[in-house]
This record gives sequence, structure tokens and C-alpha cells, in this order.
Amino acid sequence: MTAQAMRQGVSLLARIPGVAIVLALLIVGFTLANPNFATPGNIANLLVQSTLLTLLALPTTVVIMTEGLDLSIGAVLTLASIALALTVVATGSAALGILAGLAVGLGFGLLNGVLVASLNLPPFIATLGTLGIAQGLSLVVTDGQSVVGIPSSIERIYSGTLLGIPVPILLAAAAYGVVHVLLYRTRFGVAVFALGGNREALRLAGVSDRAMLIAVYALSGLIAGFAALLMTARLNAAHPTAGLGLEFDAIAAVAVGGTSFERGNGWLFGSLLGVIAVGVLRNGLNLAAVPSSTQVACIGALVIVALFIDALRSRA
Amino acid sequence: MSLETASRAPLTFTRHVPPGAYRLLAAIVLALALTFASDVFPTWGNLLNVLRQTALLFLIASGLTLVILTAGLDLSVGANVALSACLAASVIKGAGSPWLGVLVGVGCGSLVGLFNGTLVTLLRIPSFIATYGTMWILTGITYYYMGGETIHGFPPGFRQFGIGYLFGIPIPVYVMILFLAIGTFFAERTVWGRQVYAVGANPEAARLSGVPVERRLLLVYAVSGAMAGLASLIILARINSAQGDLGEDLTLPAIAAVLIGGTSLFGGSGTVSGTLIGALILTLVVNGMNLLQINASWQPLATGVIVLLAVWIDIATRRDTD
Repeated sequence: MTAQAMRQGVSLLARIPGVAIVLALLIVGFTLANPNFATPGNIANLLVQSTLLTLLALPTTVVIMTEGLDLSIGAVLTLASIALALTVVATGSAALGILAGLAVGLGFGLLNGVLVASLNLPPFIATLGTLGIAQGLSLVVTDGQSVVGIPSSIERIYSGTLLGIPVPILLAAAAYGVVHVLLYRTRFGVAVFALGGNREALRLAGVSDRAMLIAVYALSGLIAGFAALLMTARLNAAHPTAGLGLEFDAIAAVAVGGTSFERGNGWLFGSLLGVIAVGVLRNGLNLAAVPSSTQVACIGALVIVALFIDALRSRA
Repeated sequence: MSLETASRAPLTFTRHVPPGAYRLLAAIVLALALTFASDVFPTWGNLLNVLRQTALLFLIASGLTLVILTAGLDLSVGANVALSACLAASVIKGAGSPWLGVLVGVGCGSLVGLFNGTLVTLLRIPSFIATYGTMWILTGITYYYMGGETIHGFPPGFRQFGIGYLFGIPIPVYVMILFLAIGTFFAERTVWGRQVYAVGANPEAARLSGVPVERRLLLVYAVSGAMAGLASLIILARINSAQGDLGEDLTLPAIAAVLIGGTSLFGGSGTVSGTLIGALILTLVVNGMNLLQINASWQPLATGVIVLLAVWIDIATRRDTD
């Protein structure tokens, strides 16, 4: 009787995703450690700050589900932000600027897709190469200087509210909704699961795996271009190194969220929890005045702990 | 490159010409073009400079070659160079002993390599993910340790490692030749070396024929780390200062050198001597860009394009031979 109850308890515990445990531990830890953590103002701040990472983690989840990787997303985000800022400053039109950002994102996404799907380059090396190209272009175009003089219409996108809800949260929620529907309600989503799990089945079903893979990377670039709007609005400027390394936070959030790098097992909501876990970690360390570079090391440790927990659970 | 090593490499454009010959030819053509394009290029001083830079890049890339031969990747080499250099610098300044510093630098590099190897073999994390995570962890530790400070001014004896000459040739070039010999001998002539190729070509087959796959993987990551540690010391001796961002732009060129050198990303084929030619070609490109006064901002872009081209050639030639 007790053995059965214990077994039930263990199986219940095994069904709670690792990311929820990690997140709960982080929140409890920081609440105990710092009285300023669990204040409404700080929580709201944390959520708004997590929106940029949410936008990057969504396509990163989809790409990793195809057993791929997009290391260029941070550099593409940066270049798109520069294109947006330069266009807005030159033409005065926010719409044209946003279009320029989206175009740069989509262009690099398509390039990644062609390199991976048509030329068969391994994703991590293809996107490492385009990372170098996007980063180089950012430096060449700006000569290493910030682009300033962004009109307030752009800046308000980060600071404004609609019906009392901050605009960045609405944008991130909309993006989450779109990617959720794409992944779980469309043939594209079915193809994504098959690309990671069983490419042969996809081919036998008469779907072009190549076209689907190009679409996956194009989506990644396009959302990076969209995220450029948020980043430019937040900084009120474009800087040639602003988004570099953000791909690490995105990959970390996805890994913590339980999406596996093999076999195409992915969980979009887990990535959202992973984003919040990374956001809580960064916010809590910020309150403890830990420098940003050290936070990165802590995020790396968080990923290793999460992967380790997952490895233990899958063995048990 | 001898014909014998070339015959071992399965990638051949034609049946009779060793593939390394094309790469050497490319390096020579590049050097000739630069001779016509710039008056400074063919000067003795600049050529020695090219050799010294090639030596540094080769030392980092040679260990990486072994990792890539096993179909793995080490994205942490640049960050490893930075951490090893900073720790070694503070030991040299603090304890006043260059030898202790050398020990700490190579030791730190090796430990980082073992850590990578453990992640790959024990936790079974794909190598590019594991070493990518390590890269950021090391960067974080380095910045925390340095706190934005710079350590500079090392004893003249230690600095000879980086700026010294012997018979008119920079000392790093001798180190490069030494490790070219060691690396080639290890890869081509020892049982462990051949096992590294076997692991890369087909890990399952290697395991079934009795190769201790995990231990060989651990070895190549440790060697890659140790070479990063060694390279960090020569960089330290050369630039006479250490700061947190020291290794920032080293990883992509090192990967590029290995791939241009003809080592396949898919494991099992390639040579250490090829990596030397790869490092030479890449150094000539960067040197040429500097001499032609092309803005340094173009360098990451050029390296990115070169990496993509090298991998694409690798894949295209594999398809032809398959």
C-alpha cells in the first residue's frame, strides 16, 4: 500500500516538467535572498524585459526541433535593428524602418535556409558563418558607431501601454500565439515535428522537406527582424554589438524548457517557462549587483543543471 | 605534404594529385597576388609577421583539428585562450615565476578541455552545444576574474616566447614546426591517432572493433584545450598584456583554418599539415586586407564567407566521391 503510494508519488513528480521545478526553485531562492525581488514593480519589469528573449526563443525552439540550430539570430537581430534605425532616421517613416528590419531578417533567414536545406551545410556551421557575415556588416555599415535620433513613435512601442498592458507583452503574446498555431495547428507544424523525428516519412508523404526547412529558417530570421523593432525601441538607438550573444540566452531558455537537441522533441510552452527562468535568474542576479558577464556563466550552469536533471529522469 | 599522407585522405579532386597540393598552390597564388598588389608584402619583416601569425593560429587550430576529426567541434577555444591567458598572467605577475605561469596556462586549458570532453561523453550533449555553453561560461568567469582590469608587463625572458628570434626566425615558428611534427606523428603513426580517425569515420564500428571511444573523445577535447592554453601563453608573451576580451575573435578563424585545410566536418578525414596550410591561407587573407588598408570591420565578414565556402567545398567533393 505504502509502496504503491510512493510509486504514485514518484510518477506524479516525474510528470512535473523539470523547467517548472527549476523556475520554482529560482523564484523561492531570490524571494528569500532579496526583499526587492517579489515586488509588483520588479515582476512587471522582469516580464517586460523577457519579451525580447521570448521573441528569439520561439523560432529557436522550432529550429532546434528540426535538429537544427540558428547561431546567427543575435547578429541578425543586431543588423536588422541597424537597418531599421538607419531607414527611420533617413526617411522619417516608422513603417519603412520596420519593413527594412523585417526584410533584413527574412533575407538572412532565407540565406540560412538555403545553406542548410539546399547546400546541406550543418546548421551550426552555416549559421556560425552567417553570424560572422551579419556581425561584419553591422560594423561596416555603422563604422562601429551607434545610430541615434530614433523618433519617439518607435520608442513608444517599448514604453507604451494598451488597455493597461505594456505593448511589448502584447507583441510577445501575439508572436507566441502565431508560432503556437503554426506549430500545433498547421501542416507546417506537422512537418517541423517530422523534420526532427522522421525526415523519410515526410518525403514519402510527398512533402518537400527542403522547402519546409527553408521556411523554418526564414521564420527564424523574420521573427529576429520583428524583434529588432523591440530592441531598437528599448535602447532608443541601434548599436552594432547590442544583440550579440542573445542567441545564447535563447538557446539556453529552449534547453532549460525541455526541448531536446535530438529526435525533434519540442515543447513551445516549456520554452516560455525557460525564458522566464532565464529572466528571473538575470533579474535576481541584477538585484544582487552581479555583473552581466557573470550572469552568462550562471545561465550556462543553469542549462547544465537542467540537462543533467533531464538525463537522470530519462534514465530513471 | 608527402604523397603517403595524401593517399590516406579520401577526398581527392582527381585520382593522382594530392588534395593538399591544391591548397598549397592556392596559398602560393595568394602570396604572388599580394606581392604585386602591395610593396610592403614581400618585405622580410612582413613575411616574418605572416609566419608568426600563422604559427599562433595553427597552434589553436591543430588541437581543434583532432576534435573535428572525431566529427566534433570545439567552439570554446577562443574563450579558453582568454581565461588561460588571464590566469597565467596573474600568476606570472603575482608569483613572479614564468614557469609557474606556463603550467597554469596549459593546465587551465587542459582542464577546460576535459570539462568539454566530459559533457560530450558523459552527458552525451552534442559537442557544438556543449562547447558553445562552455564558451559563455568561460567568458563569464574571465570577465568576473579580471573585473575590467588589464594585466601587463611580463619578464623579458618570458616575452622571448612571443617576440624572440632564433637564427632570424621568430620563436613561435619553431613551436609551430614542433607541434606540426608531434601532431602529424600522433595522427598518422600511433594507434591512438588512428583510433581518433576511426571514431570520426564511424563511432559504432570503432566501438565494435574495440576502440575505447569515450576515452579517445576525452583525449581530443583535452588536447584541444591544452593547445589553446599553450597558444594563450605565446599571445601573452607577444602582446605583453592580458584582458578579458583577449580571445574574442579567435574561434571562427581557427575553425576556418581547419576546414580550409581540408579536414571534413563530418569526421574521419583530414590532416594536421593541411590545417597549417589553412592557417597560412587565412593569415595571408587577413594580412592582405590590412596591407590594402581595408577596414578591419570587414574581417569577420570575410572569415564568415570563407568558412561557408570551405564547408561547401567539403560537402560538394564528398558528394562526388560518394
